[in-house]
Amino acid sequence: MNRKEKIILVRIVLSAVLLVLAVLNVFGLPEEWKIFLFLLPYGIIGWDVLYKAIRTIFHGQIFDEHFLMALATIGAFCIGEYPEAVSVMLFYQVGEMFQRYAVGRSRQSISRLMDICPDSANLLQGEELIRKDPEEISVGDIIVVKAGEKIPLDGILLEGHSFVNTAALTGESVPREVQPGDDVISGCINGSGRLKIQVTKEFENSTAAKILELVENASRRKARAENFITRFARYYTPGVVLGALLLGLLPPLFVGNWGEWIHRALIFLVISCPCALVISVPMSFFGGIGCASRRGILVKGGNYLERLADVKTIVFDKTGTLTKGVFHVTAIHPKLCTEQELLEYAALAESGSEHPISSSLLEAYGTPVQQGRITFLQELAGKGIEAEIDGKNVWVGSGTFMDEKGISWHPCHRVGTTIHVAINGEYAGHIVVSDALKPNVRESIESLRKNGVEKVVMLTGDTQAVGEAVAAEVGADEVFSQLLPGDKVEKVERLLEKQPSGTALAFVGDGINDAPVLSRADVGIAMGAIGSDAAIEAADLVLMDDDLSKITEAIYIAKRTRRIVTQNICFALAVKAIVLLAGVLGLANMWEAVFADVGVSVLAILNAMRVLRFKNENKGSNNKGRNGYAEN
Amino acid sequence: MKKVLKMQNLDCANCAQKMEDAVRKIQGVEDVSISFLLQKMTLVAEEAAMADVLEQAQKACEKIDPDCKVIF
Repeated sequence: MNRKEKIILVRIVLSAVLLVLAVLNVFGLPEEWKIFLFLLPYGIIGWDVLYKAIRTIFHGQIFDEHFLMALATIGAFCIGEYPEAVSVMLFYQVGEMFQRYAVGRSRQSISRLMDICPDSANLLQGEELIRKDPEEISVGDIIVVKAGEKIPLDGILLEGHSFVNTAALTGESVPREVQPGDDVISGCINGSGRLKIQVTKEFENSTAAKILELVENASRRKARAENFITRFARYYTPGVVLGALLLGLLPPLFVGNWGEWIHRALIFLVISCPCALVISVPMSFFGGIGCASRRGILVKGGNYLERLADVKTIVFDKTGTLTKGVFHVTAIHPKLCTEQELLEYAALAESGSEHPISSSLLEAYGTPVQQGRITFLQELAGKGIEAEIDGKNVWVGSGTFMDEKGISWHPCHRVGTTIHVAINGEYAGHIVVSDALKPNVRESIESLRKNGVEKVVMLTGDTQAVGEAVAAEVGADEVFSQLLPGDKVEKVERLLEKQPSGTALAFVGDGINDAPVLSRADVGIAMGAIGSDAAIEAADLVLMDDDLSKITEAIYIAKRTRRIVTQNICFALAVKAIVLLAGVLGLANMWEAVFADVGVSVLAILNAMRVLRFKNENKGSNNKGRNGYAEN
Repeated sequence: MKKVLKMQNLDCANCAQKMEDAVRKIQGVEDVSISFLLQKMTLVAEEAAMADVLEQAQKACEKIDPDCKVIF
């Protein structure tokens, strides 16, 4: 507790005691002197409110919270409700204290979520270590990170061996091993050993600073619910004050009894601050964004988090998203020679190509290529390769290429990309190369469905056979294959048109060449973006690693955030409406009005903080607990 | 030109909103947002007008909550 909090606590206790003494009238003062007994605790508890009220009225701010509170309590004095005037001020201060405390705590827990940038870096100069502000370190400098410290800037590891904890960036709890020559990213915690790092990016371009900036900026893109509250707040206070004015002036003109009607009007003034909503709604969204960022999910704005909760259709790009994007030889079917020979000819023929398929063949071949054996090599783009190896005429390529050469070939029952080989004009067999699925794809898609996703669509540039096989394996509802990058935008647009209103479509890609699609979808999700600026730029939601189950987590967080926001809006509006109505009918007193004001604020803030609790609930259940999201 | 300013003792969310509205009305301000949670104001204005805008923004905020100080 700081000094300010101690002072207010003393004032609260002191004025509460004096109030009780005044109510009991221990000094036996006559009725007309009693007001002074109440003015003393009122002054102790309320002087700062009165002072602020006077100050703001000179600035022309008549809808200021302090002014209205001062007006309400002074009004209560005027109509002879002394105990009520003092206790309303007292409760208001107690509520404010709680509110400040709750807000302060929440702010701390949110900023702790984003505590990924260290304040200092150890710069190595000669043999000496100098502590410096990370912002003063330039590219090429060498820094030292000791065990347990956070890595301050992105760089290349020169010396040392360690396991670094990337949990703050990716939510992944298994430490990553780093060895000299590896890239290391800022924000990770060095688990053990002393690391010597050559800085490759300045502080402001380093991963940690970029993530922080992104999350901080996220509060600027406001969700619809936030905009609603902003607009609501603008009209609410003047509206309630006008209501108070009408209530205090009009009815008594006809029925008399001024004191009673003014009392009812004062109740209105007490509830005229929309604070509960103005604080708790943005706080919930911010908490949701902060919570997601801790799990390795960067959300670029409250609006996207809100939209994510409505996602009913998810469109996946296949390569690099559902599959690893790395090809492997999955079958070798020779007709004339041995498997090893077939692979050898194909690998040698492909040795000059940059295509991922070629590298998969070379990887499977495993032995260095003896260039001397290749006497002729020509690549026919998109078709195949003509080569002369060991004096033999080798043709390697697709079915169409074989047709062109007049070779009779037969298709393969295995799914994947088939590479046919002909030697000296005779069909020698084929090799099947395919892209492996990511490990938890099926489970992730299932858990997406449990979280309200109705349709899963897959887009691919691959052949129809491959596309359909992968779609069946992962459990997609629809698949569009043989698409060029431009076609993908068109397909997504068509899906968007069919989308019922009130629902949203998300596109998941690896961010490499699908930027236009990412920005066209309601929510564009880029995967595996750690260190990739282009993906971070184009997407609305960025997954730091390429774990598909993070999408489910993101949707879960989005839904939870929205539910809490809705609860708070409904709860705060309902309580205020009930108390306002009871006030009109003369059924409410000012104490209840104070509850409807600050009490509701405190409850709404506490409720908003539940958004952050995700981490604890799912601790240790990372694998089997995923299906459980739907129940929450 | 974008500038991020720290706001000390900003302890009312409604005031933050009012300040944002007030600062937005200042001539030369292209964009402004005040984050109550981060206690920060992000201000976008022409570089030449910046000094003037900052001064006016500070005054506007003080008018709404005299306890709040804009630090730059």
